[in-house]
Amino acid sequence: MSSITAPIAAEPRSRVVLRARLQDWLPRLVLAPSFLIVLVFVYGFNLWTVFLSFTNSKAFANTNLIGWANYEKLWNWTFETDPPSGWYTALVNMGIFGGLYVVFCLVLGLTLAILLDQKIRGEGILRPIYLYPLALSFIVTGTAWKLFLDPRIGLEKAMHDWGWTSFHFDWVVNPRMMIYCVAIAGIWQTSGFVMAMFLAGLRGVDGEILKAAQIDGASAYQTYRRIIIPMMRPVFFSALVVLAHMAIKSYDLVLSVTGKNPGGAAELPSTFMYSYTFTRNQMAVGSTSAVIMLMTIAAIMVPYIYSEMREKPQ
Amino acid sequence: MSAADLITSAPDREPARHSLLTRIVIYGLLVIFAFVYLIPLVVMVMTSLKPLDEVTGGNMFALPQHLTLEPWIKAWGEARIGVSDTAGIYGYFLNSIKMVVPAVLISTVLGALNGFVLTKWRFPGHKIVFGMMLFACFIPFQSVIIPMAVILGGLGDIGRSLIDLTGYSFGFGSPTVNLVIVHVIYGLGFTTLFFRNYYEIFPTELIKAAMIDGASFFQIFRRILLPNSTPIFIVTVIYQFTNIWNDFLFGSTFAAGDQAPMTVALNNLVNTSTGVVEYNVNMAAAIIAAAPTLFVYIVGGRYFVRGLMAGAVKG
Repeated sequence: MSSITAPIAAEPRSRVVLRARLQDWLPRLVLAPSFLIVLVFVYGFNLWTVFLSFTNSKAFANTNLIGWANYEKLWNWTFETDPPSGWYTALVNMGIFGGLYVVFCLVLGLTLAILLDQKIRGEGILRPIYLYPLALSFIVTGTAWKLFLDPRIGLEKAMHDWGWTSFHFDWVVNPRMMIYCVAIAGIWQTSGFVMAMFLAGLRGVDGEILKAAQIDGASAYQTYRRIIIPMMRPVFFSALVVLAHMAIKSYDLVLSVTGKNPGGAAELPSTFMYSYTFTRNQMAVGSTSAVIMLMTIAAIMVPYIYSEMREKPQ
Repeated sequence: MSAADLITSAPDREPARHSLLTRIVIYGLLVIFAFVYLIPLVVMVMTSLKPLDEVTGGNMFALPQHLTLEPWIKAWGEARIGVSDTAGIYGYFLNSIKMVVPAVLISTVLGALNGFVLTKWRFPGHKIVFGMMLFACFIPFQSVIIPMAVILGGLGDIGRSLIDLTGYSFGFGSPTVNLVIVHVIYGLGFTTLFFRNYYEIFPTELIKAAMIDGASFFQIFRRILLPNSTPIFIVTVIYQFTNIWNDFLFGSTFAAGDQAPMTVALNNLVNTSTGVVEYNVNMAAAIIAAAPTLFVYIVGGRYFVRGLMAGAVKG
């Protein structure tokens, strides 16, 4: 009897063990495809691009390693100002656009958030108005602003029609000033987002602190200047990081505001990368600029992500 | 309370007491700003409703004198986009829909499962895995676009040989399929982040109890987490929909010509250098391109804002 029952009893037990082990591993098996995808298509591809930046790839990727030559090339172009190299223009424009974009989004965002936080009637109508540009694609935003700023039919013409004939605003068709128009459109699109971040921060301020300040006789201005705005430091930092990384990644907006970036006047590292890789057949140079973009963003985002994850309690 | 809830909830503290003058200044500034944010959209809509001579000859702030839907009809079905033979943007509108629906669904479901594992089935190293997926959200796509072009080119080759062999490409090399793949891959980080932060605060005791009762991984997910995940699903779907619909870089790189998504077609239409620039048609096309995401924003504004805030990592 026992010699017959033993194997029968043993088989379900091993199946149970197997199933339990599968249950143990199932979560990891569920996560594995996503993680592998990210590993290959993000990290693997980044390494691949790094590798390409050390080759002399032209229209097609090749494996002829040429050392740091591409990096030396970009380094030299960085200082080639007469006539300015495309890379020099891209870096200068990045500074202008990035600086204006970050500073104005922060200032406008904080201003709007403070104004909205004054127990305003109709906040439910005003807030969505500041935020709706975020739902638009940069191409739509660019198309709208290109029309709006076009001197032939836009703002300049409207001012002339209304009698202000000396009004002159042709930046969007002026190669030297185009990048400022890109910044205007970008600020219009993103400042509402920063407003939302600051508003959430302001609404999280403990009412007791403000009450204490009022009892001590602090004016509204003093309360903001001395107490509330300093408390916004983490929000300020988050917004700064998000804006900086968005500025570096900006691509569509340049093309749509300027009308495909004529003559590379509004060149940014992102458009530089694209044109060298896909139209000028200098893939290795394009890869090199992509690696520089990646490193810049990593320098901003990695410490940020690290601190965000450490702050969170388990 | 999440950041987005903070925005919409009125603070329970004492309002700062302002004089009448201060209140006038505050309201004045807010209204001026609202005006500045609205004016480009208003000008767009008005321009799209004017005949061309009224656009080029008149004031952009003036109301349309001869209201016409002609530019809309032309943009939708007749306008020539770049060098393509297809007339009108409606074909590209459909391209975008065909791309965005599967991409959003797949990336959202994967994100939900990933978030579930990363919060309730933790294993050694889960933090590193999450951190690596999180960083993937922020990389500049320029640093992956060349390898992606090589791989998708390879898929196209497979598709061509499949056509030679069987007469069907089975989706290999199809621009729509390519864009779905790309958007799922590079959307995974965000969807995982959203669900991870949402499930992080979901009571683990419930799951422990279900495990003791012998519920399996998928049973717990389906019976306990899914019924409680509606808000985060809405947030994620809106966020992914907006991002993928509005994408331009991938669309312009991996789907040329008739297969391009809406944003690429719009850019080609607006920047066509031949002939007279039909501003009114361009604006109608731009509004059509913006309509789906604007609609989602108006209907689900609360969830939209919540997604934005979560996308800034702070959950």
